Amino acid sequence: MALIAEVRISDVDLIDRLRGGDEDAFVWMVNTYGGSLKRLALAFVSVEAVADEVVQETWLAVITGISRFEGRSSVKTWLYKILTNRAKTRAMREKRTIVFSELDGASPPGEAAVDPERFLPADHPVNPGHWASPPDQWSGSAEDKVVGREMMEVLRRGLDALPPAQRVVVSLRDVHGWPAAQVCEALALSEANQRVLLHRGRSRLRGVLEDYFAGNA
Amino acid sequence: MTSDTQKEMACQELVEVITDYLEGTLPELERVRFEAHLRTCPACHEYVEQMRALIRLSRGLTARSLDTAAVDSLLHAFRDWRDSQTGM
Repeated sequence: MALIAEVRISDVDLIDRLRGGDEDAFVWMVNTYGGSLKRLALAFVSVEAVADEVVQETWLAVITGISRFEGRSSVKTWLYKILTNRAKTRAMREKRTIVFSELDGASPPGEAAVDPERFLPADHPVNPGHWASPPDQWSGSAEDKVVGREMMEVLRRGLDALPPAQRVVVSLRDVHGWPAAQVCEALALSEANQRVLLHRGRSRLRGVLEDYFAGNA
Repeated sequence: MTSDTQKEMACQELVEVITDYLEGTLPELERVRFEAHLRTCPACHEYVEQMRALIRLSRGLTARSLDTAAVDSLLHAFRDWRDSQTGM
């Protein structure tokens, strides 16, 4: 990883070389940003083959757009923007439309991280709001290789079943390890909304694993 | 640790601020209440560990990147574009 960072080409240099028809610079760009673009595409369209097409379309748009790139944003941001537009169009066509009001603007009213029934009521004389039905112990065995494969499949299905905006944010943050700031930038989200979506998505997925360990999945 | 101004955190509250805690965005006073609660509540301790396990496990759900055939076809498109620019 560190090595790739060291041979980084500056944006100005990259654009100059692309405009000059430098194939090495083009391949470098595709290799450097291809993985991230694919991840971002997958967050929107979820089907791998479709994500590949979206990424391919993005590169084609980049080729024809090189001469128009004005350098007002970074190359990375420019690429994300092209991809995001294409991925949204594609998701719409695939009827996997993301409700963008979920992503920007007001968040829908409270969705509890854990079923409120599992806590003692607020007027409980001794322990208000404490666990009535505490979580079982499974965090220690979750990464056990024996349960691994089946559980990962359950987790993947859980991720796919999340409301789209939560799926996008959880995928980018937790599956692909993007920092919060990068997710906010790519999706034009405020930090607070990013955190709300991450929180709801993670909370649901924890519930999915809990059900799995309780044998109900 | 416990004073009138610093009410103990309830489990139901903890599960709602856990992401802020893990993201490092929980205000200082809340963070102190959060950690004080964890020290006395094994159930919430387990809950936090489950979240951490979930985050680690999620990293295992990665996708493959572009294959060589896709890169080749892009390179062709790039050459076509370049040649059309230079009139070659």
